[in-house]
This record gives sequence, structure tokens and C-alpha cells, in this order.
Amino acid sequence: MTNLLTLRRKTVNIVMLTVTGMCTLIAAGTLVYILGYLFVHGATSLTWDFFTKLPTPVGESGGGMANAIVGSGKLLLLASLFGIPIGFLGGVYLAEFGGSTFSYVVRYVTDLLNGVPSIVIGIFAYTMVVLPQKHFSTLAGGLALGVMMIPIAVRSTEEFLRAVPNSLREGAMALGASKAKSILTVVIPAAKNGIMTGIMLNLARVAGETAPLLFTSFGNRYWSSGWEQPISALPVMIFTYAIAPYEDWHKQAWAAGFVLLTMVLTVNIIARAVLSKRKHIAR
Amino acid sequence: MAATPTTVSTSPGPVRSAPGDWQRLRSGDEAAYVITFMAAAGILAITGLLVLELYTNSSASRGKFGWSFLITSTWDPVNDQFGALPFIYGTVVTSILALLIGIPLGVGAAIFLAELAPPKISDALTFLIELLAAVPSVIYGLLGVFVLIPILRQIEPFLKAALGWTPFFSGPFYGVSLFSAGVVLAVMIIPFIISISREVILAVPGDQREAALALGATRWETTWDIVVPYAKKGIMGSIFLALARSLGETMAVTMVVGNDPKIKASLLAPGYSIAAVIANEFTEATGQLYTSALIELGLVLFALTIVINGIARLLIIGADKYKT
Repeated sequence: MTNLLTLRRKTVNIVMLTVTGMCTLIAAGTLVYILGYLFVHGATSLTWDFFTKLPTPVGESGGGMANAIVGSGKLLLLASLFGIPIGFLGGVYLAEFGGSTFSYVVRYVTDLLNGVPSIVIGIFAYTMVVLPQKHFSTLAGGLALGVMMIPIAVRSTEEFLRAVPNSLREGAMALGASKAKSILTVVIPAAKNGIMTGIMLNLARVAGETAPLLFTSFGNRYWSSGWEQPISALPVMIFTYAIAPYEDWHKQAWAAGFVLLTMVLTVNIIARAVLSKRKHIAR
Repeated sequence: MAATPTTVSTSPGPVRSAPGDWQRLRSGDEAAYVITFMAAAGILAITGLLVLELYTNSSASRGKFGWSFLITSTWDPVNDQFGALPFIYGTVVTSILALLIGIPLGVGAAIFLAELAPPKISDALTFLIELLAAVPSVIYGLLGVFVLIPILRQIEPFLKAALGWTPFFSGPFYGVSLFSAGVVLAVMIIPFIISISREVILAVPGDQREAALALGATRWETTWDIVVPYAKKGIMGSIFLALARSLGETMAVTMVVGNDPKIKASLLAPGYSIAAVIANEFTEATGQLYTSALIELGLVLFALTIVINGIARLLIIGADKYKT
């Protein structure tokens, strides 16, 4: 009887351990499979024209997405100009001046903002910029992405500033530096690498955002002539091209997906290498 | 309140100074305080403005339909009749499907990676899986359309043979469906569940395991009866976080869900989700009421994700307390 029970327990043990192994295999396998598929398919669809030419009209083959690549760059620039200063300074406040109920509220609201679906941020930028102006614009898209950058900028700045040992602050103050001076010349430089890496990860994340751009920067089949005009972005092009019924466009979508993913993963891998000493990475 | 002149600045380090004593900071400090404070307050202002904009811009729809907006299943832009039910239904169903697939796989894999796999293999696999969390959602959508749907088409006859007697797997299958969206969402949330759950499980103190093993428990019994209950809160937190993400996910769902605002029992039928209808119809919305109804949908989605995120935060903070 006892032996039977032991046997049962041992069997359950082996079976269940194998099952968890299978789970890992299925999860990792699926993910590796689909990404491998993207890399193979994307790389073979990629041509030099992709980087240098404009999209061609329906029916004509060839062409590229040069305008979308530049467009994504312009949108990211605007987003950084808007989101990083607010996020960075907010992070400095939380790490260096924080501690009151107010900081608790700011932290809470920042997390809340981080959880807001990107499409809702898109609606926000729409009502703020597109509605008053009555047309889609690069500015609106930049604002949407900028708002999305804020929470992560705050969190990563705060985290890296907090990681700076207190002895550095004490040392600066003992030498007579004011608090502002010690933050500016000692604490921030000490956390510089981490903060820069956080910004890169942040950029990589919003670079792939599509939903908030659909009705803010909208899209453009040509070069965008100014900040007030609609502009195309790489992720939006992937969406438009993937759901279109043309074989040619699908190829372009794969190529665009390949370019976007390569960029995003490269930044992430480099960032992880830089931060490898630290266990927790701000998400 | 003339403060007593302070010769030495207050406590060093990440100074916990309440807003009240900022006057005591030394030269230049006021400026630094004010500037950073303004940025922090700016974040509150932006978030407040976001809620306000959603609220005011949906007033036309809220005024006309009231609460019945949430339980009406007609979506007829031509006759200005708008109800959110088909979209709420699609959002909830696809997310539940994603969890049904994602939880066993994700938690199982997390257990394996934390408890059983050799550290080197575990670290390498975790690195890979966490990279996948960084993949943009539009790329998951692309893969969903061109890789996953063809695969689902092939396994659909087997699904029907096994489960076709239930209403959930009846009717024709066109490829795009609630089921496809659920599967894509599952693939997207698995990295989240694995990465957070694994960390929580790793944080369970070693003596818990040793005590169980010393009492003669098998490896599995130790893991399932001791370690997992200990890490339960954190694992639940990871699940809620994944849920919040899948509820708000737009692109991947839009590309595979089929975009049909009808409530059907069959998961193989095309459906719609809140985020997807906003993405698809916002630019085409003519008339104030139409746009307003879409913005109200955004408000509903906002409220939904806030609640779920709040629960996740509470659970994960609760789990953090155990760590020490």
C-alpha cells in the first residue's frame, strides 16, 4: 500500500515536471518560430530601394518606404522633446526631493498613465491637437508618442538616481555644494549611463507604437512637407500594407517589419548588456 | 514663520523634505525644486487632462444613450445608433481566451525556469523571452495574419471534430475570428507572465523548499504545495498585468479579429474589440455623435484597464512585502 502511494507520488512528480518543461518548450518554441519566420521572410523581402524610394502606386512593383523611415524619426524627435524633459525632471523630483504624499500621488498617477492603452492616448492627442487644428499633423503624432514616453522616463530616471550611493551626495555637500549643485554635478553624472539607456529603451518602445498614430499623424504616401502635415511612420505602414489585398504590399510589410524589429531588438540587447550589472530593468 | 537660519543643510541623501521646508534649501535649490516640482505636477496635469478630454468629448454620446450605451448591441452609424456591447463582449472574450491559453503555459514555464532548469539555461531562455516582450504589437499582428491564421486553418477541422458539439466551436471559420485574436494575445502576454512569475518564484526563500524536501516531499510536491502558494500573490499580479495589456491591445487584435460588430456564441466567428473599433472607424467617423460614441468607447476601455492595473499593482506590492 505504502509502496503504491510512493509510486504514485513519484509518477506525479515526473509527469508534472515534464509538463512544465513542455510548457517552456512550447512557449519559447512558438516565440522563436514566429520571430525566425519574420527574420527569414523579412530579410528576403528587403531591397536597397526600401530605404531610398517612396512607396509606389497600387499595381506598380518596387518602391520603398524612405518617407516612413524619416517620418518615424521626426515623430520620435518630437516625442523626445516633449516626453523626456518632463519625465526626466519628474524623476529627479521623485528621487531627490520626494517623500511626501505628493510624490506618492505622482508615482501612482505615473503608473496609471503607463497602463493607459496606447489607443486612448491617441484619442487624447486627437482631441488636443487634431480637433482644434482640423487636420492631422506630425505634431499630434509627436504629442501622442511623447505622452507615452513620460511614465517610463520618470520611472527609469528615479530608479537610476536612487541607485547612486548616498555617500556621493554627502561628499558633495560636505564640500559645500548646494543640493542643486550636488544633484547637477555629482548625482546625475553618476547615473548618466543608466538614464541614457533608459531613454534608448523608451524610444525603442514608442518607435513600434502604431495605434496612437492612426488618427494623429495619420499617414502620407509622399514626403511630409512640414510639422503641420500628416506624416507616415514605419509601424503604421506595416499595418496598412499587411491588411491590403496586394501581394506586393505584403512583401513591403515584411521588409518594414524586419527593419523595425531589428532596430527595436538591437537597442534592447545593447541596453541589457549595459545594464547587466543591475538586476531589475525599468519597464 | 521666519525660519531659524540653518547653517548646515538638512539630512543628506535622497532628502525627504516635505514641500513646506523648501524655503530652507540653499541658493539655487529653490529653482531646482520648483522646476522639478513643476514637471512632476505636469504629469498629474496631463493625466487629469486626458481623463477630462475623454469625458467632455464623449458628452454627446453619454447624453443621448446614457448607461444603456454599455448594454446595447446595435452599432449602426448610418442611423446614429450606438451601443458598446459587441465590443465589450469581444474585448472580454478575446482576453479570457488569451488568459486560458497563456496562464498554464506561462506559469508552467515560469515554474520550470525558476525551479528546475539549470541557471545558465534558465537565464538564456529568460533573456530571450523578455526580449519578446519588446516586440511591437503591429509585428505580432503581421505574424498573426500571415503565420498564425494559416496554421489555425489547418488545425480547425480537428478543433471542430473534438469540440464542434459545443456552441463555441460551431459555424464556418474564415481565419479571422475571436479565437485567432485570443491566440495572438496569448502569444503576446506569455512573456509577461513568465518574466514576472519567474522572478516572484525565485524570491521564495530557500528554506521553504529545504524544509519541504527534508520532510520527504518530492520535487513537484515542494514546488506545487509550498513554493507556488508562497508566490501566489505575485503570480496573480502578473496575470492581472497581462490581462490589462490584452484588454487594451489594439493592433494585433484589429488585424486578426475580423471586425464584425455582432455577438455570436461561436469563437470561430469574426468579432470586434473596443480598441479595434476605435482604430478602424475613428478616421472615418462622420458626424459628432459617431466620434463621440467612439471616444466614449475609449473612456470605457480606460476605466477597464485602470481597474485591472490597480488590482495588479496591489497584488504585486503585496507580494513585494513577502520578499524581505
